[in-house]
This record gives sequence, C-alpha cells and structure tokens, in this order.
Amino acid sequence: MEKLIDQIKQGKVWSIPGGIHPPGQKLQSTTQAIARLPLPDKLVVSLKQHIGANGKLIVEKGQQVLKGQALTKPSGNWSVPVHAPTSGLISDICPMPSAHPSALPELSVIIEPDGKDNWCELNPVPDAKALSHDELVDIIHQSGIAGMGGAGFPTYVKADTRKAIEFLIVNAVECEPYITADDMLMREHADGIIAGIELMQQLLSPQLTIIGIEDNKPDAIAAMKQAAQHNDSIIVQTVPTVYPSGGEKQLIKLLTGKEVPSGSIPADIGMLVQNVGTLFAVNQAVHEGKPLIERVVTVTGNTIHKQGNVWALLGTEIKHLLDCQGFSPVPQQRVVMGGPMMGFTLPTVRIGVVKTTNCILAPDHHELAEPGDEKACIRCSACADACPASLLPQQLQWFAKSKEYDKLNEHNLFDCIECGACAYVCPSEIPLVQYYRVAKAEIKEQQAEQIKAERAKERFEARKERLEREQEERQNRHKRKPAAKSDGEKQKVADALARVKSKSDDKDSKSAVAAAIARAKAKKQGAEIEPDNSEVAKERAARKEQARKYKEQKALEQGEEGVDKDDKKSAVAAAIARAKAKKAAQATEENASAETEAAPKDDKKAAVAAAIARAKAKKAAQAAEHQTEADSAPVDDKKAAVAAAIARAKAKKAAQAAENQTEAEAESAPVDDKKAAVAAAIARAKAKKAAQAAENQTEAEEDSAPVDDKKAAVAAAIARAKAKKAAKEQTQSDDSSQQTNDSSTEADAQPQSDAPESSEDKKKAAVAAAIARAKAKKAAKEQAQSDDSSEQINDSNDEADAKPQSDAPESSEDKKKAAVARAIARAKAKKLQQEGNDKS
Amino acid sequence: MKLTMASSPHNHSHKSLSRLMMTVIAACIPGLIAQVFFFGSAVLIQLVLALITVSACEAAVLLLRKRKVWPTLSDGSAWLTGVLLALSIPPLAPWWIIVIGCMFAIIIVKQLYGGLGFNLFNPAMAAYVLLLVSFPVQMTSWLPVSDLLASPISFSQQLSVIFNGFTSAGFSVDQLRVAIDGTTMATPLDTVKTDVAHHLTVAESMSKPLFNDWFGLGWGWVNLGFLIGGLYLLKAKIINWHIPVSFLASLAVCSGIGYIAAPGTEPGVVFHLFSGATMLGAFFIATDPVSASTTNRGRLIYGALIGLLVYLIRTFGGYPDAMAFSVLLLNMAVPLIDYYTQPRTYGHGVK
Repeated sequence: MEKLIDQIKQGKVWSIPGGIHPPGQKLQSTTQAIARLPLPDKLVVSLKQHIGANGKLIVEKGQQVLKGQALTKPSGNWSVPVHAPTSGLISDICPMPSAHPSALPELSVIIEPDGKDNWCELNPVPDAKALSHDELVDIIHQSGIAGMGGAGFPTYVKADTRKAIEFLIVNAVECEPYITADDMLMREHADGIIAGIELMQQLLSPQLTIIGIEDNKPDAIAAMKQAAQHNDSIIVQTVPTVYPSGGEKQLIKLLTGKEVPSGSIPADIGMLVQNVGTLFAVNQAVHEGKPLIERVVTVTGNTIHKQGNVWALLGTEIKHLLDCQGFSPVPQQRVVMGGPMMGFTLPTVRIGVVKTTNCILAPDHHELAEPGDEKACIRCSACADACPASLLPQQLQWFAKSKEYDKLNEHNLFDCIECGACAYVCPSEIPLVQYYRVAKAEIKEQQAEQIKAERAKERFEARKERLEREQEERQNRHKRKPAAKSDGEKQKVADALARVKSKSDDKDSKSAVAAAIARAKAKKQGAEIEPDNSEVAKERAARKEQARKYKEQKALEQGEEGVDKDDKKSAVAAAIARAKAKKAAQATEENASAETEAAPKDDKKAAVAAAIARAKAKKAAQAAEHQTEADSAPVDDKKAAVAAAIARAKAKKAAQAAENQTEAEAESAPVDDKKAAVAAAIARAKAKKAAQAAENQTEAEEDSAPVDDKKAAVAAAIARAKAKKAAKEQTQSDDSSQQTNDSSTEADAQPQSDAPESSEDKKKAAVAAAIARAKAKKAAKEQAQSDDSSEQINDSNDEADAKPQSDAPESSEDKKKAAVARAIARAKAKKLQQEGNDKS
Repeated sequence: MKLTMASSPHNHSHKSLSRLMMTVIAACIPGLIAQVFFFGSAVLIQLVLALITVSACEAAVLLLRKRKVWPTLSDGSAWLTGVLLALSIPPLAPWWIIVIGCMFAIIIVKQLYGGLGFNLFNPAMAAYVLLLVSFPVQMTSWLPVSDLLASPISFSQQLSVIFNGFTSAGFSVDQLRVAIDGTTMATPLDTVKTDVAHHLTVAESMSKPLFNDWFGLGWGWVNLGFLIGGLYLLKAKIINWHIPVSFLASLAVCSGIGYIAAPGTEPGVVFHLFSGATMLGAFFIATDPVSASTTNRGRLIYGALIGLLVYLIRTFGGYPDAMAFSVLLLNMAVPLIDYYTQPRTYGHGVK
C-alpha cells in the first residue's frame, strides 16, 4: 500500500481501456465568469432530486418561505431535504414534469419569489474541527447535499461510511464535451472546494486525497494546485483527456490502478469519490450554513447567444436559463440536460433545475448531427475498442436484439455504464446504448416477476399443505363410517374387484400400475353393471354431508357455479381420497400402492372435484389464467369445465416438481368420469397455452371439449399417460419447470386432434391410434439421437400419449377388454420411455 | 415549443459504413496500379465487369427482399467484394469467370445468409474458391509479367481474349503465356512448387527469368503495393493491426523455420511474404470484419492460424497459394475463437 501511495505521489496515472475523443467544445463556455441571473418568476422545486426517498413535506400551499428554509425534512431511507432557493410564497404544491428522461411528474413545491431574497437564519460553523463526526454528517444531511456530478447519491450516506477509506478521490475530470461547470467552479472557488475536501478528510480520514483533472483544464489545475498547497495529503493529478475518464470506476482505475469489483461499491476497496461541486456545497453548508439551493449550470450550444456558466437556483425553469442567455431555436430543436454523451433530451423547457443538472445543451444540427438510420452491423468491433469496461458491445447488441437474456448476463451487460462510447464510434450508427437500456429494463422486470412468482409459489405450497392436512382429517373421519357398512355391500365391491383383478392378471399381472387401473375400471364397471347402487349412493350422501363445508368454501374460491351440488359433494370426498393417496405416495414413493388405495375409493365425479384444490393452487400461481378457465366454462359439460381448471392446475403443479402429486393425478384419471377426463386433458393443454399465450389454440381446444364419451376415454388415457410422464420427467430433469410445460403442450396437442375421429368412427379411431403409435416410435428414435435432455423429455411424452390413444375405441366397445388393453398400452409406453431414457 | 427527443449519445464520430468501405477500396489502388503495370490493363476490364455484376446482383436480391436498394448498395460493401475478387483472379480469365464469381459471392455467400453482417464466410474468398475448384484451368492461367511475354498484347487484344477467348490474331491464353524463352509461364509460387516436386532446388528454380533475386518478377511489387495500401488502412484506423501482424508474423516464422530445416526446398521468408496473395490477404481479405474474429486476442489467433495454414498449404498442399482456403477455414472457427477470447470486463476477475 505504501508503494501504491508513493507511485501515486510521484504522479503515476494508470490507463483505462477504450475511450473516445469527441470534440471538447468547452472553450465557448469558459470565456466568461459564472454569471448571476435575475430571479425567475417562479421556481419549481422537485421534492426528489437525488437517489432515495422523498423528504417529508413540512410546508403548505400559501405559506411564505425564506431563502434557505427547508421545504421537506428527511425521513429515513436515504431521503434528503430540499430548501427554498429564494424567499417567496408557495403558490402550489403539485406534481410537475421532472428532470428525468421520462419527465414523469414528481411532487414539486412551486414558489413565487417575492424579490427580496431574504435568507432564513443561517448557522455557520466557525470551527468545523470542533464538530463531531455525527454533527458534521448531520449538517451535510440537513443541507440537502446529494452528488452533483450526475447520480445524485446522498452525500451524507457516503460521508458516513463505516468502511475504512484509503483514498478520497475528487472527481474534477468533467470528461463530457461542452460541460464546464466544474471547470469554472474550480477556477473561481478553488479555496472553497479545498475547504470542502478538508471537511471530508475530517470525516473519512483517508491516507491520501487525489484530485483528478483532465489535462484540458490547465487553469483549473493551476487554481486547485494553488489552493491545495498547504495540505500535503491532497495531490492534484492530471489525467489525459479521454471520454469517459470521469466515470467513477474509470477514474478510480486511472488514479489508483485498482478496479472496483463488479457488483461492489468503491468503498469496498477503500475508495470514495466525490464531485468537486458536491465538495463545494459541503463547504458552503458547514462554513456558511447555507443549504444546497443553487448550483453552476453550463448553458451552451450553438443556438445559445451567450454561452457560459450561470449560478442557477434549484427549481429555475430551463426556459428561464435559455431566455437569459439568449436562445434562437432551430427546427427540431433538441434541449439536452447533461452532456452530449450521457445527457437526455427534455420534452419541455418548463422543467426545473435540480441538484444534478450540470449542463443545458441546446445544439443546432451542425455541431451535433441528428442520428442517421441504423445500418447493418459489420462486426467491425470499433465499439469493443471504445468500450471503457472492456465489454463486447457488438455481441451484446445481437443478444439484446434476440432477447437472449442469459447470454447478456454472461457477457456482463450490467457492467455497462451506458457511457455511449460504443454508439459514438459505430459506423453503422446503431443506437447500442438504447438496446442495452431496453434489455436491462426487461431483465430487471423479469427478475421482479420471478421473485413475485416465487413468493406466490411459497404461499401456494403453504396453502396446499394446510388443505391436505384438513382433507386428511376429514378422510379419517369418513373412513370410520364405511366401516359400519353392511357386509353384503362390501362383498359386492370386493367381488367386482377380484373379478377384474383376475382378468387383468391374466394379461399382465406384474404391472402394478395396470392393476391399479384395472381395479379402478372394475369399480366403474361395478357401478354401471349394477343397477341398484342405492346403498353406494347412501354412502356417498353421508360423505357429502361431511364434506359440505369444505366444498362450499372451495366452490366460492373458484367461482365454479356450474358444478351441481351432488358433484361438489362427491368431489370433496374424492379429494379426500386423493389426498390420502398422495400422502401414501409421498411416504412410500411407491405409486402403485398409493393408487390401489385411492382408486377404488374414488367415484367418478370424485376426480373432478378432487382436483379443485389443485385448480386453486393454480389460480394462486397465475391469476391470469382465470380467463382461460372462464372460456372453457360454456362447454357442454359443466363438470368438464371444472375438471379443466383442475387439470390446468395439474399441469402447473407438474411444472413445480411435485412428483407425488403428479402420480396422484395419474391415479385419479382412470377413475374420472370420462367427460371430465377429456376436459382435463384439454385444460392441461390450456394451461400450457396460457403460459405460452397462444390464444387461438385455446379456442381450438374449446371446440373439442364437447366431444362425446368415446373421445373422453381417449383423452382420459392421454391424460393419464401425461401425468405419468410428468412424474418421470421430474425425476430426470434438473430444470424441470420449463421443460415440463413444453412437454405438456406437445403431448396435449396431438391427442386432441385425434379425438374427434374416434368419435366418428371406431375404425378411424383405430387408424389414428396406429398413427399415434407410429409417431411415438419415431419420437423414441429421435430421442435416441438427441443429447439435449429437454428434447428427450418432450419426445418421451409424445410416445406416452400416443399409446393410450390406441385404447380408446376398444374401451368403448368393451370395457373389460379396454382395461386390459390400456394396461398393456401403458406398460408399452413405459417401456418405450425407459428405453428412451436408457439410450439417452 | 416542440422539442425533439432522442436517446443519448447525441454525438457521433461521423464514421460511416460507406466511408469505411470506400477507404478500403481506395487503399487497393497502389496494388492495383502495380498489377496493371506488370500484368496489363486487363485487370481494369475485370474490375469493371465485377463492379457491374455485384451492383446488379445486390440490387436484384434487395428488390426480392423488398429492401431499399440504394441505401444498402451505397454502403459499398458489395463493390469492395467485387474489387477484391477482380484483383484475385487472373487478368485474362474469360469474362464469365468474374461474372459467376461475383454472382456467387453476392447472391449466395452474402445475401442468402442475410446480407451484410450476417455472412459466415468472406464472400470474395468463397467465390474465389468456387471458381478455383470449378474452373482450375482458367483460374491458374496467369500471364507472366509483360516484360517476359513473347508477344506483348495491347489493351484491345486483352479485351478480345477476355470476351472471345482469343486475340484478334488468334492466340489463346495458353499461347500467350509462352514466354520469350519458349516455355509456358506459371506464377512464381507455382513454379517453385513444381520445380521442387521435380527435385530441383529452390535456388535452381529461382534462377529462371521469372524471378529476380528475391521473389517473382512483378509479384513482389504487387505485394508491396498492397502493403502500402494496408499500412494506410492501419493508419486511418480502418483496420486493427492484430490480424495483419499476426498473420504475417506467423507466415514469416513458419517459412523461416522451414527454410532453416530445408534450405534447398524452401524458398524462404521474403519469398513467402511477397508472393501470391500474401499482402492482399493480410490487409484486405483476412481483415474483413464480418467474417473475422471480433476480439483482439481472437484476432491474433485468427491471423496466426491463417498464416500457418497458408504456409502449410503452399508447402505441402495441392495448390500453389492458399489465402482463400485458409481464410475460409478460419471463418468457420471464428465463433469458437470469439467465445474463448472474450476480454476481461472491468471489475471482473479482481479481488
């Protein structure tokens, strides 16, 4: 460190990469001393002139204020007060266009000067050395001082840093063309600036204070050297004139050879940078007791008659500055606040000067030509050569245009200081900085969205847990009741189960999944074959009673008016069953067993409502989908609509990587009423769509909703397969959420198109099934070729979907056969999937 | 008062695409003059043919793409492609050689890839390779320098050869290539290569009238012309030094090592640097910004590898010169090179 200090003291200056040499255009505004302007007719003092929160308003409309009287008082969170720049009457307090590229209105105090310019009572400190650290910081704070170099960072925050500061760096570089406000201030008030520096030294006790001035300001350098002569710890360093050497990070590199690590602030490496104007304001505040109410502003450009610097009261309208200096606008006049490189054009001249306004530039079209048309990028990399941050602006531009945000981050977009050097040198006149600004804004927005989504997810998870707990409690209660059922009844059910079991066992006894499904089928059959199911109905009624409250609550939340009461009740019961199944799955990770438990208990409508909970979850996650749900409601089957919502939720959930849940869905599907299942499949597709915002697709699917039972069966099979896949995917994939979404679209899209066919003609259906199978095969092959895991998953989905479809026509013919066939098909699909996985 | 809004920066360096391209074209002039001086004014005929063809092709494709013709055509990039191709082919090549080359360069290599800035390959060099592979006889029929011609030919005769294949006296290009001593002349690079293959030493080969002490007659001057133009481009900051310097250095080092290893069969550093398309390639071809590497470190690698490939193909390959092949091969490597040579961003990789 000693060595570094010695090097600096010997006058060593490091260099920065890149940089440009635009015409300085500074001479025209340095011929005359800083002028005083007549008082304007009104002052528009914006409450927010810095980075941080507004101060709290402490004056009222109609109140008389004195010059220097505080208009706001700080209220934490980096808030800094503003003061009355002159004495007068507060004529209004209202939002006015702000000195910001957007000119968004900010609350402002409008003062009509009384012309007397009476100061309020000032409290100059005769001996600042006697002040404690906190007292000094408080004076700086109460005086409303914020960084006057451009950013407007509250100075008291910087001055109060807890970090050890080795170098206090004074930014007097003023590298932007045209601007000479700091230059003139140094020429005229070098002593005041040095006094300000000494106050800072008192606060921060740095080892060395380095004043960096560009070599195009010899007068200022001389003045500062003269003023700093008495203080050994201040050295004036001349840096070569390169834009943007006045950037905070660039100046640190120039003067100390060090770099501020990305994402850190200078104080982290023991540096603190202050602008000369700010330091002068600190001096004024402490030694004269004057708050920050005026600043030097360069008024320049070829349309200005008297180019030069003026002392402008904060809140002075730009119009007043222009009028006082003489202004003859040209057609398509631009008025820039700040310099030609980083300044922004003003939409109106009725905007007040703020603490960061260092220049008003009103150029004609000769000195600053209007930008030409953007031409093709020839990758000449002149931009990279000019970039002071060693970025690759050309590459960033391509990524920004194609919205590849990951790549932008990879190429360090956020280290771009938006100095504009790249755009300045671009032979194709590509507005590079503008592309970066837009990309940065979009990325920030995306990140905010992500945070929001994560919070929603957390909320949803918590809610889901609670609901499951409640459901389980209900289920436990309900379980006790069936125990009281007559033996005869039980026997009936058991017989049916056994019958189907034995049948399916003949074909494929090993597949636990198939067994579960078969059992579910049996259940269905039992229900349909036996005309007298009054006892079952009774049992259901009992369950309904229990679940009513729960159900109603849910119905309310979902706004599913269409579901009839009976359905709702049964739905609740079903939900309970499913919840149980889920739990079982969670505990054992053996989905088969979970399914066996859950499936027989479910009744047809059960599945519909079971998923209500899930649908709700979905809602929580994405409020926007409400509409899609609403659209699906008018389809013929109301239940279907309900299920649609549910299914969508399912898809969502799958994306959120709840494996067991997905399996639970798989279980519920076979039991579902056919229509419901159709709708479910549809709805899942919809969910997908919602994510991808393809509205036309939604419509198409809605059309397919009112299909008959056969279609329903097809879709049911599909849905089941999908659910299975989703479960598998999750285990396989790291980055599950997006992939799952993608896969569900693909999966859904195909089956639906096939569905109508099967309803028309069974043969056709069979053909379609065959096609689907072929597709699945193909997909499997593709899978083998591809490395990319997401593609694999997609493909495997296709396979899985295609298979179950083939079952559809059969199931309508003969349910028993269908069950068997389904089991087989599913097993096949599984095999294929596994093969695919093995290959991958 | 209505104020105009614009996004910063509000200033511009006044560098423009067309000025950049025109400067490069202008920098070709010294080399062009040398070529005209030593190989006859037929080069100018080829140049005119090339300019007409590229303009027509570019305009046609732009019309098909429903773009404004003049703003794009006037950026000069197509003209530069035409100029470079015209300078690369034998001056007395039949007219359809340059026409086919220019059509291929503009329509296929440039516009079908999306136009300026999107082409993966250097259009002029891709066209050159197409021509060389498709029409090897016409593309290698370089005349010896005018001094060595048995029968010097006039401008009108050159015109006749280009468009009819024969002079008014009925001489074909092959007949014209017969030198004073009655032997058919090839380019110096070709001659050395053939002679070495026939177990002559380089010294023996270079004792032929085709050569002066150091390099082929005329070719050295042409290369010098392009070197001057290239230095001007460097000074005008149109191109960066990285590619030409690393290319020439790499070629020099390779040929130097070769010369030390086998002085009898290696023509040496100066011969390599001032023969064939070396200087044209170093400053005008390899530096094509669109298809070259875009990072400074990447450019060093890019240039060096081109130098290596040029040397290897010239020495061991089937073709006497290798600029086009080497540039195209490295064009393909550019994305990889760029990816691994990103500069260290400010504030990254520091404690």
